[in-house]
Amino acid sequence: MIRSHVLICAGTGCTSSGSKAVREALEKELVRRELDSEVKVVQTGCFGLCALGPIMIIYPEGTFYSRVTEKDVPEIVEEHLLKGRLVQRLVYNDTGDGSEDKSNPVSLNETGFYKKQRRVALRNCGVINPESIDEYIAMDGYSALGKALTGMTPDEVIKLIKDSGLRGRGGGGFPTGTKWQFAANSVSDKKYVVCNADEGDPGAFMDRSVLEGDPHAVIEAMAIAGYAIGADEGYIYVRAEYPIAIERLEIAIAQAREYNLLGKDIFGSGFNFDIQLRFGAGAFVCGEETALLTSIEGNRGEPRPRPPFPAVKGLFGQPTIINNVETYANIAQIILKGPEWFASMGTEKSKGTKVFALGGKIMHTGLVEIPMGTTLREILFEIGGGIPNGKKFKAAQTGGPSGGCIPASLIDTPIDYDSLISIGAMMGSGGLIVMDEDTCMVDIAKFFLEFTVDESCGKCVPCRIGTRRMLEILDRITSGKGEEGDIEKLEELGNNIKSTSLCALGQTAPNPVLSTIRYFRDEYEAHIKEKRCPAGRCKALASYTIISDACRGCSLCSKKCPVGAISGEIKKPYVIDQSKCIKCGVCMETCKFSAIEKK
Amino acid sequence: MKTLAELAAIKAKMQEKVAMREGAASTRIVVGMATCGIAAGARPVLNAFVEEINKEGLFDKVTVTQTGCIGICQFEPVVEVYTPDNEKVTYVKMTAEKVKRVVSEHIKGGNIVSEYTIGNAK
Repeated sequence: MIRSHVLICAGTGCTSSGSKAVREALEKELVRRELDSEVKVVQTGCFGLCALGPIMIIYPEGTFYSRVTEKDVPEIVEEHLLKGRLVQRLVYNDTGDGSEDKSNPVSLNETGFYKKQRRVALRNCGVINPESIDEYIAMDGYSALGKALTGMTPDEVIKLIKDSGLRGRGGGGFPTGTKWQFAANSVSDKKYVVCNADEGDPGAFMDRSVLEGDPHAVIEAMAIAGYAIGADEGYIYVRAEYPIAIERLEIAIAQAREYNLLGKDIFGSGFNFDIQLRFGAGAFVCGEETALLTSIEGNRGEPRPRPPFPAVKGLFGQPTIINNVETYANIAQIILKGPEWFASMGTEKSKGTKVFALGGKIMHTGLVEIPMGTTLREILFEIGGGIPNGKKFKAAQTGGPSGGCIPASLIDTPIDYDSLISIGAMMGSGGLIVMDEDTCMVDIAKFFLEFTVDESCGKCVPCRIGTRRMLEILDRITSGKGEEGDIEKLEELGNNIKSTSLCALGQTAPNPVLSTIRYFRDEYEAHIKEKRCPAGRCKALASYTIISDACRGCSLCSKKCPVGAISGEIKKPYVIDQSKCIKCGVCMETCKFSAIEKK
Repeated sequence: MKTLAELAAIKAKMQEKVAMREGAASTRIVVGMATCGIAAGARPVLNAFVEEINKEGLFDKVTVTQTGCIGICQFEPVVEVYTPDNEKVTYVKMTAEKVKRVVSEHIKGGNIVSEYTIGNAK
């Protein structure tokens, strides 16, 4: 008889920090201690607190252990599972208010990281075993599909989704119910349901976590969508770089077929639906819906002009709905709990919750799901644990290379679709990259633009050539060769590219540049006019000098300097010859007296 | 799957297996599992509780956990039962046999099995 469940995260984050070895060691140790018939080990999806992985939760107590290694396993088995005593040094107990008492563990929902979260799309991640359809069913899985097929008309399903106010979670924020309505209205004997799991934004991994932690939620929602619009075939387009997600999807699809939750005559309703996987080869543009459809068709992933929209003429020329993973992950809950429940969360025009991937200069790197309208301050400082090393918050980038930055002065902006657009950023798929005072905003704009230049498919001129010209200007500015008028050129080019590109890749590529100019114009000006990088990131603009009062004349820096730019007499202040200096920074790292400064 | 009833059957079968992860059970049965407890036979007692609770279908209302030594080693195996009103009852010198009565009379019936409690221990 099982008396305890040990949940171990098997998401990508914890897998890379060694959760598989922990699981194997635990299973072995349980056999050795003859506890294997009393304690069940369950692998789950992502808990969200990726920075503290591998993560382990032991029920019924609900004890949360973080950074568990193989070596900790014998102690956990002996102390916790056998004797019922906490392994205090591993307990994660940060309530976010500074009071940490390891001997008195708080429940997961009381920790600072979780207490403001509201998990809808991630509800089963970290709770069930994603490779067990039975556990999904135990959590009301497939009952939304059953309810729709046996008790609702397709129109009723669409109306319900419309009433909930759900908007697409992939970035654009188009109302999901309206999209379904368009596809349902299109007359054709063949229609398709597509899931966009080609998550390409640097720093975004919420779709991966849903697929890894709760793959059946996506499958169930796609079947519901198929019923709503009259489609019998679905495709999930997932990145080949997500091997764990692919494996779990394959297992989940096989299990659903076995239970006849995919296949013919589901729930005896006469409705047929099946799903196939297609793997993306890693082109960012394939996350754009028309390029994705072109890629599924077996062609080179290039976007096509809209209209016609996919709802009219999509995959193989047939009416198609294409939604993002996170959008699908909300559907079953909306059907079961009602549109009013969903609409009670969030703001007037942005209902429900949104998952964000926190990355960059933040304590708790990981996944968080919050009601729409939560402020950036709450996300960063209450849930995210603030900025490490006592640094100051400077800006956050939302929407990855398609989005924009939110400066510190707007930290109290409620996060929803419309307020982000109004400040020149966008929701995007939910990557949230945090930057501290050491980040150069010109450099970060260049980083994102480099990405889009690389990923431009080359089909249309503004995107292919325009973004490259912008990058050349940024290169010039960051290497100290910026010219008067460069900022204006960037703005003009950027606005033209936005209005003339064929697809969303080009239409949004200038955003990081335009939004950093909007909020950090002074930094651009400092680079161009004073040839100075205020954050000290742009190497070509840095200059190292020795503070003569602090220099003891130890000569260490001059010995380490690779180009012999530092000279002087022992026990007297040394000097750096600026014409020889290559700005490598070795002298500063070497100096024991902090006598070298970088400007 | 042809009917909703089939789905409901799987759900019912699985629910007891995942209910433990929901937390928030109102009654707690805590078994002393320090060296003294284990030596006195706390393991079979713990397992008997888990078995009985599941058999009676009380898994969503009751959790069974362990704790360390509470200092009355001569009375081990010691079991503490916390009911929703936060009352604590301490049973001593427990056996798997006694567990059945505690579950049926106390946990289910609400009547403390006073002859097993520490107050009546000799």
